[in-house]
Amino acid sequence: MGHLLEVNGLEVKFALRFGDLTAIDGISFTLDKKEKLGLVGESGAGKSVTGFAVINLISKPGFISGGSIRFEEHELNRLPEEKMRSIRGNRISMIFQDPMMTLNPVLTIGTQMIETVLAHRDASKSDARDIALEKLRKVYIPSPEKRLEQYPHELSGGMRQRIVIAIALLTNPALIIADEPTTALDVTIQAGIMELLSQLCETENMGMILITHDLAVVSQVTQRIAVMYAGRIIETGPSDYIVNCPRHPYTIGLINSLPGARKAGSRLTQIPGMMPNLTAIPPGCAFHPRCRLQEPVCKKSRPALEPVSAPEHFAACHQVDKTVDQDKLLNLLNEDNQ
Amino acid sequence: MFAFIVRRIIQAIFVMVIIAGIGFTVQNKLGDPVRDMVGERVSVAEREALRDKLGLNDPFLTQFGRFVRNAVHGDLGISYFHNKPTVDVILSKAPATLELVFGSTVMILVLCFPIGIYTAIKPKTWFSRFVMGSSTIGVAVPVFLTAITLIYIFGVELKWLPSYGRGETVDIWGWDTGLLTADGLLHLILPSISLSSIMLPLYIRLIRSEMMEVLETEYIKFAWAKGLRRYRVWLVHAFKNTLLPVVTVFGVEIGILFAFTLLTETVFQWQGMGFMFLEAVERSDTALLVAYLVVVGVMFVVINTLVDIAYGFINPMVRITGAK
Ligand SMILES: Nc1ncnc2c1ncn2[C@@H]1O[C@H](COP(=O)(O)OP(=O)(O)OP(=O)(O)O)[C@@H](O)[C@H]1O
Ligand SMILES: [Mg+2]
Repeated sequence: MGHLLEVNGLEVKFALRFGDLTAIDGISFTLDKKEKLGLVGESGAGKSVTGFAVINLISKPGFISGGSIRFEEHELNRLPEEKMRSIRGNRISMIFQDPMMTLNPVLTIGTQMIETVLAHRDASKSDARDIALEKLRKVYIPSPEKRLEQYPHELSGGMRQRIVIAIALLTNPALIIADEPTTALDVTIQAGIMELLSQLCETENMGMILITHDLAVVSQVTQRIAVMYAGRIIETGPSDYIVNCPRHPYTIGLINSLPGARKAGSRLTQIPGMMPNLTAIPPGCAFHPRCRLQEPVCKKSRPALEPVSAPEHFAACHQVDKTVDQDKLLNLLNEDNQ
Repeated sequence: MFAFIVRRIIQAIFVMVIIAGIGFTVQNKLGDPVRDMVGERVSVAEREALRDKLGLNDPFLTQFGRFVRNAVHGDLGISYFHNKPTVDVILSKAPATLELVFGSTVMILVLCFPIGIYTAIKPKTWFSRFVMGSSTIGVAVPVFLTAITLIYIFGVELKWLPSYGRGETVDIWGWDTGLLTADGLLHLILPSISLSSIMLPLYIRLIRSEMMEVLETEYIKFAWAKGLRRYRVWLVHAFKNTLLPVVTVFGVEIGILFAFTLLTETVFQWQGMGFMFLEAVERSDTALLVAYLVVVGVMFVVINTLVDIAYGFINPMVRITGAK
């Protein structure tokens, strides 16, 4: 089966005054139909830029400087703008982080929904309105007719994010890119929104790229996870394996800093130091200054993503042999075999 | 929304009372209505008697109350030079000024939006660079210099456009208009350009910077992500948001436009209120000066209130809460 989305060696640069800044440095991943992939990493790792690169909407002065993005039968970064527009918001929808900022304050919800349908379908206004109402019901918005007349500021944050999700559903996309869809919301409603989004992917047959810095959330929702660090994917694999037996020291650090997921007896730890600025990425492995396992080789050569113990599980680390947790791994493999 | 309108109107009335207060104080301190009426030859005693009779020796507040009452009834005293009620003099000159302001407003509006939007969307084209460069100069050049240059080029050298007076006018229900004759419209062109030359560069810059700011917002990014066509993103999503600050500023700037009619009308011998005002200054026609102050003040307040209410209609936040 062909993949729904296939990103190969994607490279994104920002043309800055002092020269080009490489924000995404050759990342590759695939996503199958109806599959959910989590993209995690610290702030500035390049998660959002990756998401925007897929719909060719990187804000200036950024540009895709290499690699390919294949979606359905299209080579997205070679598409003329008008063709790209007809895919954007149609076959691929995007959900942003802050629903307070995503909706236009001076247009009604109805306008903002109907225009989306009309941009992609040859429909009448009243047909578009019916579609909007149908999708509002799908995200459990009470009295949807009334909402169409309202302005964003009349609605709560959770309600707005559900409306944004409804907008994303309008054209029955094959792929949703959700960039931290719950980060800006009240803690009490985060889980509900996540659950809704996850369910909709099932019922509407959509694939999803879920961007977040919260490993706990992503592991409950997605089948696979890719961990990003300083513009690269440093570990990727099935969610179970990433969460229960991570192999890259950075991922291990992320897992250990999760309050709920820590191993019994081990201390809750933060990874020391900060992710480097993209203008000053250390040579060799970008993570080595923060890494407890570092050896001289880590400063010299940059590790490539290599398969590790489990199937479909890859990590980019010279010291990957030191990070095997044999018991956990065996347990997981046994579970898989049953 | 209704509450909002009512509140704006109450504020407007408050401002008008203050304007009346200033007008009255000026008249009280500078003007001498007795001289205006009888001239300098009448004896001091006689003048004093007349003062008593006219109530000019009454307490300040009594006089002010009378002034406001009269003003509300459209009586702002007599112009001693024209020997007519000041309000009549001003009203006979008002159409000329209003049409001049109207002409330049139309010119500003027609030009500032497309140019402002274009320069925001395509900041790097030579046209945008040219506009930005020349608007910097435009802001700095005084109106009378613009006016004289225009007169010299189009009036004197090329002889394309008239540069003196209002041309042919027709009377429509007492309104003396130049907008309905070809000659009147031709006469309006140069003065309007001169008057708009102070505001146009500012507006282009304002719209451009607002628009550029809006284009960076998340909701515009989301609009692109929805796959909308670009004209929809630019003209509906972005432009509608730039409109709010522009409308607000417009309310204030239109007052400045009125102020600059003084200069423009003088240079072009445009027989409007500004021209009349400067004449009144030369003749020390205090009653007429005060009346001008009050009438223009009231016009300004009315326009500002209308603009604010328009703002309320554009901005849904105001519409719902009635606040802000
Ligand atoms: N407009 C821009 N101009 C210059 N550099 C940019 C711009 N946008 C992003 N970058 C660079 O790209 C890097 C990745 O940014 P991105 O927004 O993808 O991070 P992120 O992983 O989504 O972080 P966050 O969790 O904070 O959203 C940033 O560190 C920054 O250096
Ligand atoms: Mg981000």
